[in-house]
Amino acid sequence: MSVTMTVNGTTITRSVEPRTLLVHFLRDEAGLTGTHVGCDTSQCGACTVLLNGDAVKSCTVLAVQANGAEVVTIEGLEQEVLHPVQQGFWEKHGLQCGFCTPGAMLTASYLLSTNPHPSETDIRDALDGLLCRCTGYETIVRSVQRAQEIMDERQTEERETKIG
Amino acid sequence: MADVIGSALKRHEDVRLIRGKGQYTDDIKLPGMLYAGIVRSPHAHARLVKVDVSRALKMPGVVAAFTGADLKDEVGFIPTAWIPPDSDMKMPPHPALAVDMVRYQGDGVAVVIAQTPAQARDGVDAVEVEYESLPAVTNPFAAAQEGAPLVHEDIAGNVAFHWKVGGDVEEIFNRAEVVVRQEFRQQRLVPNAMEPRSAVAQWNPATEELTLWATTQNPHIHRLLMSGILGIPEHKLRVVAIDVGGAFGSKISCYPDEIIVSWAARRLNRPVKWTETRTENFTVTSHGRDHVQEVALAGTKDGHIEAIRVKTYANLGAYLSTAAPGVPTILFGLIVNGAYAIPEASAEVYGMLTHTTPVDAYRGAGRPEATFLVERMVDLYAHAINKDPLEVRNINLIPAEAFPYTNPFGLQYDSGNYQGALAKALEIVDYAAFRREQENLRQQGKYIGIGFSTYVEMCGLGPSEVAGAVGFQGGLWESATVRVHPTGKVTVFTGASPHGQGEETTFAQIVAQELGVPPEDIEVVHGDTSKIAMGWGTYGSRTTVVGGAAIHLADQKVIAKARKIAAHKLEVGEDDVEFEQGIFSVKGLPARAVTFQEAALDAYLAWSLPAGMEPALEGTAFYNPENFTYPFGTHIAIVSVDPDTGDVELMRYVAVDDVGVVINPMLVEGQIHGGLVQGIGQALYEGVEYDTNGQLMTGSFLDYAMPKARFFPKFETAHTTTPSPHNPLGVKGVGETGAIASTPAVVNAVMDALAPFGIQDLPMPLTPRKVWQAIASKGGHMHVHDAI
Amino acid sequence: MFTTPFDYRNAHSVQDVIEWLQEDPDNTKILAGGHSLLPLMKLRLSTVSHLIDIGQIPELQGIVLSDNELRIGAFTRYVQLVRDPSVALAAPLVAEAARVIGDLQVRNRGTIGGSLCHADPAADLPAALLALGAELEIAGPAGKRREDIDSFFLAPFITTLAPGEVLTAIRIPRIAQGARSIYLKRPHLASGYPIIGVAAWVVLRDAQVDSCRIAITGIGSVPFRAFSAEQMLVGQTFTRDVILRAAEQVASDQSFDDDDDGYKANLCRVYVTRALAALGNQG
Repeated sequence: MSVTMTVNGTTITRSVEPRTLLVHFLRDEAGLTGTHVGCDTSQCGACTVLLNGDAVKSCTVLAVQANGAEVVTIEGLEQEVLHPVQQGFWEKHGLQCGFCTPGAMLTASYLLSTNPHPSETDIRDALDGLLCRCTGYETIVRSVQRAQEIMDERQTEERETKIG
Repeated sequence: MADVIGSALKRHEDVRLIRGKGQYTDDIKLPGMLYAGIVRSPHAHARLVKVDVSRALKMPGVVAAFTGADLKDEVGFIPTAWIPPDSDMKMPPHPALAVDMVRYQGDGVAVVIAQTPAQARDGVDAVEVEYESLPAVTNPFAAAQEGAPLVHEDIAGNVAFHWKVGGDVEEIFNRAEVVVRQEFRQQRLVPNAMEPRSAVAQWNPATEELTLWATTQNPHIHRLLMSGILGIPEHKLRVVAIDVGGAFGSKISCYPDEIIVSWAARRLNRPVKWTETRTENFTVTSHGRDHVQEVALAGTKDGHIEAIRVKTYANLGAYLSTAAPGVPTILFGLIVNGAYAIPEASAEVYGMLTHTTPVDAYRGAGRPEATFLVERMVDLYAHAINKDPLEVRNINLIPAEAFPYTNPFGLQYDSGNYQGALAKALEIVDYAAFRREQENLRQQGKYIGIGFSTYVEMCGLGPSEVAGAVGFQGGLWESATVRVHPTGKVTVFTGASPHGQGEETTFAQIVAQELGVPPEDIEVVHGDTSKIAMGWGTYGSRTTVVGGAAIHLADQKVIAKARKIAAHKLEVGEDDVEFEQGIFSVKGLPARAVTFQEAALDAYLAWSLPAGMEPALEGTAFYNPENFTYPFGTHIAIVSVDPDTGDVELMRYVAVDDVGVVINPMLVEGQIHGGLVQGIGQALYEGVEYDTNGQLMTGSFLDYAMPKARFFPKFETAHTTTPSPHNPLGVKGVGETGAIASTPAVVNAVMDALAPFGIQDLPMPLTPRKVWQAIASKGGHMHVHDAI
Repeated sequence: MFTTPFDYRNAHSVQDVIEWLQEDPDNTKILAGGHSLLPLMKLRLSTVSHLIDIGQIPELQGIVLSDNELRIGAFTRYVQLVRDPSVALAAPLVAEAARVIGDLQVRNRGTIGGSLCHADPAADLPAALLALGAELEIAGPAGKRREDIDSFFLAPFITTLAPGEVLTAIRIPRIAQGARSIYLKRPHLASGYPIIGVAAWVVLRDAQVDSCRIAITGIGSVPFRAFSAEQMLVGQTFTRDVILRAAEQVASDQSFDDDDDGYKANLCRVYVTRALAALGNQG
């Protein structure tokens, strides 16, 4: 079946078997191997991407279901500068082996897009669909908090630049 | 330049990882690549009656299919790399694909190779296998009983080895005032690194070289073992681990799957990839722990421990995995006295074969099993003599002035101040106030508890002479090459193989500090046998301790040569040159100076080098430690138990660790946090269960409770610093401390909370149902605290 | 990780679905959010020859609040239930239950209709919908019908849906004025599914129970209403003792599988008690 989707701003069309999962479409057809497969029961969240702006587990979406959709993967998070979530994870040691990290960062960016000032409990709850075996999660929580600060800082800068 | 060692430098590896540009094995795609799927036994124990791949070969996209019969004449048995001395060890033959018997659920019986991974999976389903199911045994104690099904027909009683260490303690037990006995079940755990294992093999027919990209912690050990198994000489075999997504011991082992794809790539002359599913990971990637322990402690009525005696049935699974025999012996038995000055000790270990997934190292590997039993026994002993567990610890902890301290098994603890770490922890937790609050809450029917773990562990594996003496079939030294380029940029080659720990950064910090080069000018290369001559990999909290020390020695060689070049240029004697922060200067004349970078350029131009000096600037060193290192500390857990549901809530967790000199405090904290969550996971959540047929009942993330973010409070961490006296950097290692220390702290805390019910011990994990059952059996009843 | 091959069709109307379902009823499945079906297919515990995607059917979408009821299209994702103001107003219990389903990624995909038709005994929404007396709109080859949710679940993973039938919408009567409601869940540590989930609401008049409903999921073979406890509560003063008696009633009315130690019965008692006590403390 022919599937067309916009991945990180680029439209791609491929012919795939209906059983192709979105995660395999991204990794094998779009060549974006930053999205990882960590389990086969939809628990671990390593494969999380943004599908039309919503965080979803790309291992539990068929590529054909994403026909016509906009997808953002880890490779699309950075614009001219690192995304605040990337910067936050870097500064606060939110990753060790890096395998769950793309899923963690997209989950975090989704959380901050829907809840710009989450409490620590909000953050820990939002990470319920993410398994990380390295960090013990606390540095991920700090990373998300730092990302939120960076977002606020950048907004303030933007406002000041406009006024200036 | 400020000190780089000791600073919380952001990680170098993150630059790629936060952009999704890591290169994990499953990310590799080669032209013409084929995909392998492995047919696995659904039975724990069965005779293979028939394996027929003919239907699979007709499936779309299937290129080839092989069975154990196809491999058996070309592929050798997979050996273990650890043979404990004086143990009469029997090594059962371990074929990469089973030939006539399957011995655990997941044992491979055939491989199907196809154009796409999905076609390989379809092909797996098309292989027809006929099994004759046989009775299975999964528990190591049960396996030792008469009449238990045999895992390997010629290994009587399923005993792979019997190992004993320590003195005769019977006399002490016979006359002791107090003897405490307890059985502990160290439950089996699944390491569950988030990256499933993967292997990609490519055969080059022109050079007759095989390249294997694999998820491994120790590519050189893989190369060594695989060259023997596959009959490909080491110089024609390259093993590469680029980015590895966590391991925790589970990627030490040399696995059948990696051997199968390597053999198939050569046979088919096409690259072949295999990547496990999580379901496969649960059944075939090595598990950890799994002991049945009988422990006895002898002491006086006033709190002096006189002896400890341990008898353990350690489950090794169906075959002996790479490091498996070393884990419950050397890494366990030699340290069962823990941090206490116990005069006499003995440990006896039965290494048991069962119809289960092979067991190997899992974060801590042996030391958690030892630390747990001694920390729990101290609490049980305190209870038996009606003393506070803290008081008993104070009486028995090895005093600071006793270091270096030789334990009853002859290990020499390098340095320590155990009381100092305990004191620091008690600055964070007001113990007396806690006990008052606990009493008040008990009056209201609420139960909180506190648990201590004043642990020590053996790290930084290790002295190669000792490795040989304890039966490890390799060395445990480490290699480093520090290559300075003409522009003064530096490439560091290490034989360690970090996979998340962050040594690309830590090692750059060591080199930056010592050579005075900016950290961003340093690249650390690891995990490729074609680039690094030899090394022993990353496990046992050894990477910074042993690998870092090797880099330090290599740095000294570089500095010594650069100093000669600088002295030559400055026209002074070598002894008149000082080196500080990257600048060679004449003593007392700081203006007369040569930068490190200038010396490097001179070394390569070689226009004017001291007489007889070879060009270039590079140092290679091999560090063979003279002893292990012994990190220690005090962990305190505070929990509450809900008697209505059995829920255990971790309210506070305090970790004071002494890991010697800290190179990057941010990374050290990260290691401790990660270890804590795994250790607490063992205490409260995680545990493998098999049914009576040997079927894994906890074979997915739906059943096996992995720790999640919302299970934990903020951790409270602190340090004391007692440098290791024999390590040139003073470091002790930090990878395993959290996992080793935390499990008994949490269990001690829960038992403290349950003390009013007369409950002294429960087997891990302390699930709500288990805790509730125990309370209910002691007459606990429902309270409705929140009711109107 | 790889399902068996299947063909995929994207339906644009309920009529499409009904027709296509009849072509090969035994080997055809409806794909809604996919969060129950796809994991089973990936593990090859379910093999399907034809998948009908119902994600593009306007009739199955949308939440409409009228004077006396809320109509929720079957293809409404959990996240929409959490965020929709009319759900919050007319059936806050549904939003509360949806908020604790799975994790946020699952809530962004899973649908109310998918959850009901899959009929996993450990699902959150059925408890809320039972407590609210929801009615299901079903379309099939024989036309449309409505069914009370009380009779919908027959056994684990089995409902009254006949071959060729499609769940199209869920109708929920507006919750009584002044009602206090709660969904109290005990998630399984690994899977996140409810070990027990108690949905309850109560209307108190002068501290007396005017009306109430209690529904429970996760712990039985199907989600169930606690009828006798509800009856017992009506007309009683909502005190601690009454709550404890009601909870005892719920637990003793049920027999639980795998419960030799009485743990499940105890959880039932504890969670009903806590849910009702929390209602008492509201307002």
